Amino acid sequence: MRRHALGLRLLALLFAALLVAAWQGLADARLISPVFFPSPSRTIAALVAMEQRGDLWWPLAATSLRMFYGWVLASLAGILLGSGLARSGPVRAYLEPFLEFLRPLPASAIIPPAILLLGLTSKMAVVVIAFGALWPVLLGAYHGFCSVDPQLVEMATALGMRWRSFLWKVALPSALPDIFAGVRVSLAIALILAIVTEMQSAQPGLGFLILMAQRNFRSAELFAGIVALGVLGLVTNQVLMTAERWLLRWRTLRG
Amino acid sequence: MARNRQAAGWRAIGSLRGVAIPALLLALWEAGAALGVVPEDTMSRPSAIAVAGWRALWDGSLVLATIQTFQCALIGLALAAMIAIASGVLIGLLPALEAVVGPTLDAIRPVPAVAIIPLALLIYGFGVRMEVLVVTFACVWPILIVAVSAVRGMEPRLMDIARTLEMSLAARLWRIVLPAVLARIAVGVRVSAGIALVVAVTVEIVLNPQGLGYSLTVAAQSLHPDLMWAELLWVGLTGWAFNRLLTMIDRRWLWRFHAWAGA
Repeated sequence: MRRHALGLRLLALLFAALLVAAWQGLADARLISPVFFPSPSRTIAALVAMEQRGDLWWPLAATSLRMFYGWVLASLAGILLGSGLARSGPVRAYLEPFLEFLRPLPASAIIPPAILLLGLTSKMAVVVIAFGALWPVLLGAYHGFCSVDPQLVEMATALGMRWRSFLWKVALPSALPDIFAGVRVSLAIALILAIVTEMQSAQPGLGFLILMAQRNFRSAELFAGIVALGVLGLVTNQVLMTAERWLLRWRTLRG
Repeated sequence: MARNRQAAGWRAIGSLRGVAIPALLLALWEAGAALGVVPEDTMSRPSAIAVAGWRALWDGSLVLATIQTFQCALIGLALAAMIAIASGVLIGLLPALEAVVGPTLDAIRPVPAVAIIPLALLIYGFGVRMEVLVVTFACVWPILIVAVSAVRGMEPRLMDIARTLEMSLAARLWRIVLPAVLARIAVGVRVSAGIALVVAVTVEIVLNPQGLGYSLTVAAQSLHPDLMWAELLWVGLTGWAFNRLLTMIDRRWLWRFHAWAGA
């Protein structure tokens, strides 16, 4: 059985390698236009060249930082609003319809007004990112705070727990799995919006970099940028999943 | 009866409370603009926005833009659904295939769809096709993931029955697998439908000169804030209506399959 799994893993690697090799072969044989699809070797060469010129880490850092700020803002606001909506009737009555209308609004649609109001600044980017990334956390938190075990709530009331310690010790831990599900989706959205805002407002970053590469028909650099963005998405998601596993370790311990 | 009426009354008050905050904001906005506190060159008055919106709706420009956007979103969604359901069912039925192809797919998946925009532009130039390409790329993943897990989670006895009845592969797929997984795949398609509209608008805002996103950018850049706010409102309304429509379709036609999947 172990050997079987190992064989499959090898096959998976082989498949990926085959795909890359086919791409390289097609590109070398000029069967696909090098203008659109640079060969993998050229892509990697472009990536290395960018690194050596120092054109890789700065844009990467700028994009990640903006993404991070927007995402943190969205997460905090989402958890706050979500807990309010779930635990308080009046908050729900006043805010829910308004939020229901805002939610399906494509986040990128608020870029033009945001630019008009805040200019082509990092602040604008962070606001747009936070707006777009808010909804998954909000929904996750709302759902999580709604589904706190009623027995736990009764227990907390019986113990005369204060509101704040109830929130901190009972509600938040039991809502955490749902919040994390939302937070992870939010992170992906934050990355997307970081790229879009860069493309729109010409701020230094990977999104702007690939747009410039396209404008100058430097397809190898374009692909290098896409690869870098893919890696960024993969890494941030992995980090978050590790954090989730660590923060929620009590769940698996008990189960 | 009396209680019913009372409940209805409460509900009416409840929905009124929902309107309270937007109404208050609008009133403050209008008053602020009238008093000169709110800068009108960016935050034009709600009344001006209503006029601009009505005009754009009347001369057909807004309708045309809406059609362009939805056209791209729906074509992309349909393409993505076909690709994702076909490959998802295949991958779901053959675990070995997933082990082989899965890692490659996992490596491509985290690439943000918007990163594809420049590439799509390079390949197709401006127009419908590049937008459809980006929308398709974005929409494939949710459907694919749901399709794979739906096939994986199918009642194993169903396949036993198919084998006992000596059904052909096509019959098995069409009469056993598809009905069993359709409800869950529909969930994936709904998620993707929302994504499709968002991505279509995004592509237009970033660079594709057509549709709602583009007219929004043009209004902002040509300093017509009233038109811009009206279009933003319109984008929100269409998005909301689209969402409602999907929910309705789900409730009206797909509930049977939900019941099936639960059984």
